[in-house]
Amino acid sequence: MIEVKNLVKRFKDFAAVDGISFSVDSAEIFACLGPNGAGKSTLIKMLVTLLAPTSGDAVIDGYDIVHHAANVRKMIGYVPQAISVDGTLTAYENLMLFARLYNIPRSERQARILEIFSFLKLEGHMNALVRTFSGGMIRKLEIGQAILHRPRVLFLDEPTTGLDPIAQQSVWSHLSDLRETTGATIFFSTHNMEEADGVSDRVAIMNQGKAAVIGTVPELKAKTQKPNATLEDAFIFFSGNTISDTGNFRDIRRMRQTEKRLG
Amino acid sequence: MISIIIEMHYLSDTIEKSWVLTEMEARKLFHDPTELISRAVQPVLWLGIFGEALSKVRAIPTDGFTYLQFITPGILTQSVVFVAIFYGLYIIMDRDMGILQKLLVTPTPRLALVWGKMLSAGLRGLCQALIVFILALILGVQLNMAFWSVIGVVVIVLLGAAVFTGLSMIIASIVKTRERFMGIGQVITLPLFFASNAIYPISIMPGWLQVVANVNPLSYMVDGLRTLMLTGGGAGVGFDIFVLAAVALAISMISAWMYPKVVI
Repeated sequence: MIEVKNLVKRFKDFAAVDGISFSVDSAEIFACLGPNGAGKSTLIKMLVTLLAPTSGDAVIDGYDIVHHAANVRKMIGYVPQAISVDGTLTAYENLMLFARLYNIPRSERQARILEIFSFLKLEGHMNALVRTFSGGMIRKLEIGQAILHRPRVLFLDEPTTGLDPIAQQSVWSHLSDLRETTGATIFFSTHNMEEADGVSDRVAIMNQGKAAVIGTVPELKAKTQKPNATLEDAFIFFSGNTISDTGNFRDIRRMRQTEKRLG
Repeated sequence: MISIIIEMHYLSDTIEKSWVLTEMEARKLFHDPTELISRAVQPVLWLGIFGEALSKVRAIPTDGFTYLQFITPGILTQSVVFVAIFYGLYIIMDRDMGILQKLLVTPTPRLALVWGKMLSAGLRGLCQALIVFILALILGVQLNMAFWSVIGVVVIVLLGAAVFTGLSMIIASIVKTRERFMGIGQVITLPLFFASNAIYPISIMPGWLQVVANVNPLSYMVDGLRTLMLTGGGAGVGFDIFVLAAVALAISMISAWMYPKVVI
């Protein structure tokens, strides 16, 4: 479903993504795990056509992200790390905006939107302004907005950063339901080991713009040759790094702001 | 032939999506109209205090109109331009929030996002126009209220808002942060206003300033509005509308090409 070959993104002298290659199967839940500044967000931004790669190729469901960006956009959904619903509109209006931008036929719009609200169990809050929502509700609505057009691949950048454990669980139960019912592929980034451990089929451990290793969670744990190894052990083993919060001022500021808004 | 059909489809898609984005902007105003009220303060000060005070001086040549009549179109222009010139701030804020990224990942034409913002600013501009008209009525300023003049005013307000919104989005995509944008916005608004025919005619300016005023799109907006609101029409209005439309189109193309870079 996703084929990436030697993808590179340079900002002046700094290579944020430094020649990464991997492939993701259809209906797979694929985690991109790494510390802040590892290049996860840059990678996702290239895959969703927001950033043009410096070199290398990426193909999503047969469409090249550079040459067929318009086709790619029609079949993917994207939930950025920062809040992407409009707090000054109601939940219903937020979904209606995207239903219209994605060319969902007029006769189907309302039914689809109601379907999403019932799927996310937000029926009671359709006509409330989104700025009154809790962090978990906002994230769910953002996911609802991104799946309204039934994308084949859903990209989520740090989907549970800033959410409490109960909200995290609820978000993931909806995402795995989505995969079960629609067969959508889910690609997400996280710096949270437990999250990657619990929900993903395969994990790519990213460090300094490269994939240190790719495999299923049990595979990665086994390779560390430690009994009862955790994913953190695997991370240290493969990247030679701890997952401390690195990243630059702008990243950290953005993350804290997101946490503050959601919290 | 096929390429013409594709182009037509692109154009109709762009217009439709611009409208969708504008409608959402209108809903936001509807949910929280306080902004409209606070924006009414400036025209009240300019007309009610500045205009009233200077109308006693009678030193500025105003073609036989009272000074209040003369500056009413200028103040309308100023209040529309001040709304539009800060519109780039919204795309920086949308970028900081993540809304812009999500919009850019939808199949929406880039140009529709620019036109959507331009039309939204135009909508706010029309609210300003309504306020200025009401104010003029209260102050007893005689304005031409013929049907076609009012339609002309609507067209010029929409085009003028489009020009300065597009300019603002270009600036936003260059400076990229709120702080720098606010700085630049402050620096350019007053010179734009003073180097125009908004509160005095171009003829009394020193030569170098006349050159600036004649290339300032704001002057064309004032000129068109002044003709429509005071005398009710004239050949000049067509030229003013032509200039504003051409500039708006050119700026929207440049802006559509540049503003997606603000996400980087």
